[in-house]
Amino acid sequence: MALLQISEPGQSAAPHEHRLAVGIDLGTTNSLVATVRSGAATVLPDAQGRPLLPSIVRYGKSKVEVGYPAQARQSEDPQNTIVSVKRFMGRGVKDVDHLQNAPYDFVDAPGMLQIRTAAGVKSPVEVSADILKVLRERAEASLGGSLSGAVITVPAYFDEAQRQATKDAGKLAGLNVLRLLNEPTAAAIAYGLDNASEGIFAVYDLGGGTFDLSILRLSKGVFEVVATSGDSMLGGDDFDQRVFCWIVEEANLAPLSARDMRLLLVKAREAKEYLTVHEQANITARLSSGEIVDVTLDSATFCRITQTLVQKTLVPVRKALRDAGLTVQEILGVVMVGGATRMPQIQRAVAEFFKRDPLNNLDPDKVVALGAAMQANVLAGNKPQGEDWLLLDVIPLSLGVETMGGLVEKIIPRNTTIPAGRAQEFTTFKDGQTAMSFHIVQGERELVSDCRSLARFELKGLPPMAAGAARVRVTYQVDADGLLSVTARENTTGAEASVTVKPSYGLADADIERMLRDSFEHAKEDVHARALTEARVDAQRLLDATQSALAADAQLLNAEERSAIERALAALKAALGGSDHRAIKHSTDALNRATEEFAARRMDHGIRRALAGKKIGSL
Amino acid sequence: MSRTSAAAGKALTSSGNHFELFGLQPAFALDTEALERAYRDIQSQVHPDRFAQAGDAERRASLQWTTRVNEAYRTLKNPVQRASLILSLHGVDVAFETNTAMPAQFLMQQMELRETLEDAVKRKDLCGLQSLQKKLDEDKASLAQQIGQAIDEQKDYPRAAGLVRELQFLEKLESEIDSAYETIE
Repeated sequence: MALLQISEPGQSAAPHEHRLAVGIDLGTTNSLVATVRSGAATVLPDAQGRPLLPSIVRYGKSKVEVGYPAQARQSEDPQNTIVSVKRFMGRGVKDVDHLQNAPYDFVDAPGMLQIRTAAGVKSPVEVSADILKVLRERAEASLGGSLSGAVITVPAYFDEAQRQATKDAGKLAGLNVLRLLNEPTAAAIAYGLDNASEGIFAVYDLGGGTFDLSILRLSKGVFEVVATSGDSMLGGDDFDQRVFCWIVEEANLAPLSARDMRLLLVKAREAKEYLTVHEQANITARLSSGEIVDVTLDSATFCRITQTLVQKTLVPVRKALRDAGLTVQEILGVVMVGGATRMPQIQRAVAEFFKRDPLNNLDPDKVVALGAAMQANVLAGNKPQGEDWLLLDVIPLSLGVETMGGLVEKIIPRNTTIPAGRAQEFTTFKDGQTAMSFHIVQGERELVSDCRSLARFELKGLPPMAAGAARVRVTYQVDADGLLSVTARENTTGAEASVTVKPSYGLADADIERMLRDSFEHAKEDVHARALTEARVDAQRLLDATQSALAADAQLLNAEERSAIERALAALKAALGGSDHRAIKHSTDALNRATEEFAARRMDHGIRRALAGKKIGSL
Repeated sequence: MSRTSAAAGKALTSSGNHFELFGLQPAFALDTEALERAYRDIQSQVHPDRFAQAGDAERRASLQWTTRVNEAYRTLKNPVQRASLILSLHGVDVAFETNTAMPAQFLMQQMELRETLEDAVKRKDLCGLQSLQKKLDEDKASLAQQIGQAIDEQKDYPRAAGLVRELQFLEKLESEIDSAYETIE
């Protein structure tokens, strides 16, 4: 008797080759790429053996430099050398603090600012993509093949626009973005798996430009975020800024040129880092006027001028604890993440607040990338079920809709586990009203004007009815990346009007397409070759998934249904033999449609299996 | 275009009630351990992380199921929403929006609590907020206990509905305390 191979959902039945997947920490100051090799997560260094890539891009007239070469020339060419671009992701000119201190020629585009450089006007998405491209090339060179996918980390407190911008940057860099993963959650994975920890932990993540505080419950195989809070405009950069201001005051300097400003900011950062292990730092610089700056900053003064920043991080800490309904005593440990947590005053403040020594046993610069690599390895399907884990993350900010009088009604509150969805019904206000407009916002405040506007849209074509008779169902759906889509639908009369929007930050799909085209022209890559590769990868993934689904659960189908799927499967295999990416895409879509019902049944079946042995009503 | 938070929102895929989804009997007294176990068992089958390499159809089904499971879990964990669900299974509508009649004594207490809250905000008194929160937690626990008795033991659903409305009142006050913290800090 032939034996059927046993397979678990989402897992390929056939032993497949190891898929190349990476985790990328796209940081404000530094970025890293890591992967899991022979079971262990490891950061991939560059050809010179350096693990970090400074998140700095210099746009010269003829070439683009990323990382150390760009860093070396930042004070020489400040206008064209973009540092800390993460601060500008999904942000308009009015959203960014200290913009006047940045030496760039900003262009206030709708939704997200842009920067004019010697190489043309650049969106922060393009700048980030240039950083990601270098990391992708590094990984492909090091792993010896093209990547099947990447997990990119984002601050947990990033809002919709910032997340969407990050995902677009990934796509623009030619990455298959498997997931956006919250940085503190990534750190918790790396920490929890490394230490086999159980219980409630806090992750204090102070990066170059962002601060996150997440509270997680770690238990056997489950990482559950209980609450998250933070400040997406607070990080190590702000400490540099304080030191910079102190230098200007102490040395009594006249208003500075962009070049001198950049030079002193670099000196300020060096002094900050030096003070981590020394009592005082000497700061010397020669300004373009020939004037010499020579001042000494001691650690007591450094603590004093940055004290308000340290205190500022404790506000989200308290908020997260309140949201989680927990006290400091219930926190088993505080994991420190981000280079800025090396500052002694941060270590002291955290120790004092949580009444215990913070955990520093993993490199705060690398822990996020390592956790992201581990998650990428799971998502790529390289880990057999049973050895993998479950990640339950939340949205950091409430999602709502504008109601009468400029007030916000929350549809999905902050700290709701994702994926999440809610439907709410609205009705018309006037007799014969044929359209309704919706304004989607994000934030905690009661007034629309205090929240971030995500999208506006109109549902048109409502049949004229008496006021209050229409039933418009508005559905918010947040996916596993924390990204929102909204659908509105009127169906009382059968004459259905419906619209779906994805909030954006000003970059339309057409912009993304243009950027893609530009980047291909630049790299002399063939757009068609790329499209064909992508179509083939998608098709092969679907073929594998469908075949293993059939091997596992074919009994859920009758003969007719099965042969319909087999036919679509055969058609896709035939298309894959050719080199027409449209035909492959077409057959892929057809197989997707053919397996719709099968997928739903398999999911039901999985739930029944999960509850087997328990009393089940009618599912 | 406004409604109370507890009445807001329904699960997206709604066949069968939330208790059935987790294989639990509908009761106010919650077997938290059994709920969490069932939640995790189901999540481990349907979560999108399991389907990152699957086709669109499976990924969509996974998203819908996970959304539903998360919503059901959240509903059952919240006492007001759990009670409202049980009462609706018995044909009793808690009617947060239309039924605002409350016992006079309860309303008096609420007014006092709100005055205390406003005072604390004015004086930026964090300790005051903390003790108010503590008092509120005690009141909530006591109300939840009474709701449990009314539903699970006495099966007096109309009485339970009144108590649930009171508990909802307290939840609203709690969210005001939350925003008060944010105003003060």
